[in-house]
Amino acid sequence: MIKKIVLMGNPNVGKSVVFSRLTGANVISSNYPGTTVDFSKGKMRFEGKTIEIVDAPGTYSLEPSNKAEEVASEMFKNADLVINVIDATNLERNLYLSLELLERNIPVIIALNLWDETKHLGIHIDEKKMEKLLGVPCVPIVALTGEGIKDLVSSIKKAKSPKKIKPTSEEARWIEIGQIIKKVERIEHKHHSIRDRIEDLTINPITGVPIAIGIIFSAFWIVRLIGESLIEHVLDPLFNTFYLRLMERLSDILGPGFIHTLLIGEYGVEIEFIESLGVLTTGLYVPIAVVLPYIIAFYFMLSVLEDTGYLPRLATLVDNVFHKLGMHGHGIVPMFLGLGCNVPGALATRTLETRKQRFISATLLAISIPCMAQLAMVFGILGKYGIYYLGIVFLTLGILYIILGLIMNKFVKGESPEIFLEIPPYRRPSLKATLKKTWMRVRWFLKEAIPFLFLGVAIINILYAVGFLQWLGTVLAPVMQGLFGLPGETSTALVTGFLRKDIAVGMLLTIEGITPIQLTIAATMLTIYFPCVATFAVLIRELGIKDMIKSAAIMITTAFLVGIIMKIILLGV
Amino acid sequence: MHRTKPLVHLQPKKKARIISIHGGHQFCRRMCVMNLRVGQIIEVVSKQPFMGPLTISVGNCKMTIGRGMAHKIHVEEI
Repeated sequence: MIKKIVLMGNPNVGKSVVFSRLTGANVISSNYPGTTVDFSKGKMRFEGKTIEIVDAPGTYSLEPSNKAEEVASEMFKNADLVINVIDATNLERNLYLSLELLERNIPVIIALNLWDETKHLGIHIDEKKMEKLLGVPCVPIVALTGEGIKDLVSSIKKAKSPKKIKPTSEEARWIEIGQIIKKVERIEHKHHSIRDRIEDLTINPITGVPIAIGIIFSAFWIVRLIGESLIEHVLDPLFNTFYLRLMERLSDILGPGFIHTLLIGEYGVEIEFIESLGVLTTGLYVPIAVVLPYIIAFYFMLSVLEDTGYLPRLATLVDNVFHKLGMHGHGIVPMFLGLGCNVPGALATRTLETRKQRFISATLLAISIPCMAQLAMVFGILGKYGIYYLGIVFLTLGILYIILGLIMNKFVKGESPEIFLEIPPYRRPSLKATLKKTWMRVRWFLKEAIPFLFLGVAIINILYAVGFLQWLGTVLAPVMQGLFGLPGETSTALVTGFLRKDIAVGMLLTIEGITPIQLTIAATMLTIYFPCVATFAVLIRELGIKDMIKSAAIMITTAFLVGIIMKIILLGV
Repeated sequence: MHRTKPLVHLQPKKKARIISIHGGHQFCRRMCVMNLRVGQIIEVVSKQPFMGPLTISVGNCKMTIGRGMAHKIHVEEI
């Protein structure tokens, strides 16, 4: 009886797409497709029974070489059936894992994904012959369009453990693959296409680096364009007319008192969505009208970059810089993901091989990479004063990333192995898949961030009501003023920042008489000093408690030093 | 007959056959899993400056490897 099916395959073969095809909408766990490092679980109905489906991280072999691959080979151990998703355009390399799976005496189905692509490339595969040679069902599919998925599901019944393949050595596997390929695959002579030309241009350093800079700049420009348009044309009109009136009515009904302060903000003061600090005003407005538009825009762009296959090329181009920071080119992936939200960024550090690389990448992520929620708010409060102040924030963070990386590379013990990364061919991203991926990530944001914001705003109000924040502000005021030249109330924002960085940035605005330069220093320190509680929890899990304490010590020390240095340089005292 | 040399000294756009792979068991196994084996024909696609990595192609598949690794793979130009 089949209860659990595990999807396995090399990285970048579209396993996650197959997964969402099989499970439909019933995705339970978190999912960061394309860079799946955590597994996803889902359910599928099959002949009246419910089968659990697990999407394992991509792996080249059952003998793992990094943490993500370890997760994959762990998953494999309690599977009743394995669906081995392979990239049909790259049969030879993919068959290595297939043979390893077939040697383990477990029922396997091989899904030949990207079947449509093989036709464009002039690759002919005889899947019937392959079925005979391997002794397991081989089903051509196009996961993106759903073609062949029905056949894949109906072949579950036919799946059986192969008998013909005995465990062998690495070399023997390749010889066997060579023989299989000879019998089942025929490749037409390929002309040098425009795609090959683009592939060359983007990986050649002379042309590749300017192209990379152009791509990154236009990506962020598009993110801003989409984000701003959504705010200006959709969300602000909605909040400023309809929702504002609703809140004013509610305010009249509630009257003064703690409930009013908690839900809406101070009574008798005009409602300001960012500054009022009520659960229903700020707690709802910040995630939905300020942050969400940029989250949507950012994840859309990121999905496009992932699906086209550009990221591994970028990793190649930046490898020499990242290697000096104690990582390798792949370190750019956690960094990019972290710009959306630090949590998936922290999870993606798993794709790095050693403890040293993971430690450096996680610490730099927590210190120097603001998440989109925070970025949106920083743009919101500093943007109006001009590019100069924003420039200071980002320049400081950028310099920190490099300097801390160089220092940690020197002092953190351990190996920093070199890059070893597959470069997939460019693919035209499908709009449907990109939108679906964007939606999955946005939904994840809504599910995780909004409860935290509500909770954050509620806790702050309670702490205000009992006078704790006022007390803390007074106690820390000498430190804030003396060391960093900031108003004492800034300390309450820093405390809040542990819950949600975006409300914390918003709170800076409520401080009376704060100057743009002070805002700049406070916003920078808010990024550096500590990750938010969600990221913190993930980092403890990923690094272990001992390394996390070390990492946190680096974060706090850095925040102090940077605050002092910025005060000296910017305030001149 | 050509002399053998480390892959790292092969110029971009040149093809070569792998003659030997030096290094520990773990390294050789990792190379092997990615189909980098003795006898395979490989081509250097690009080299990044400042001790950056090499991008090579084997069969239908491209990959980026570090210079240190490319030192351990000896090839014969063809």
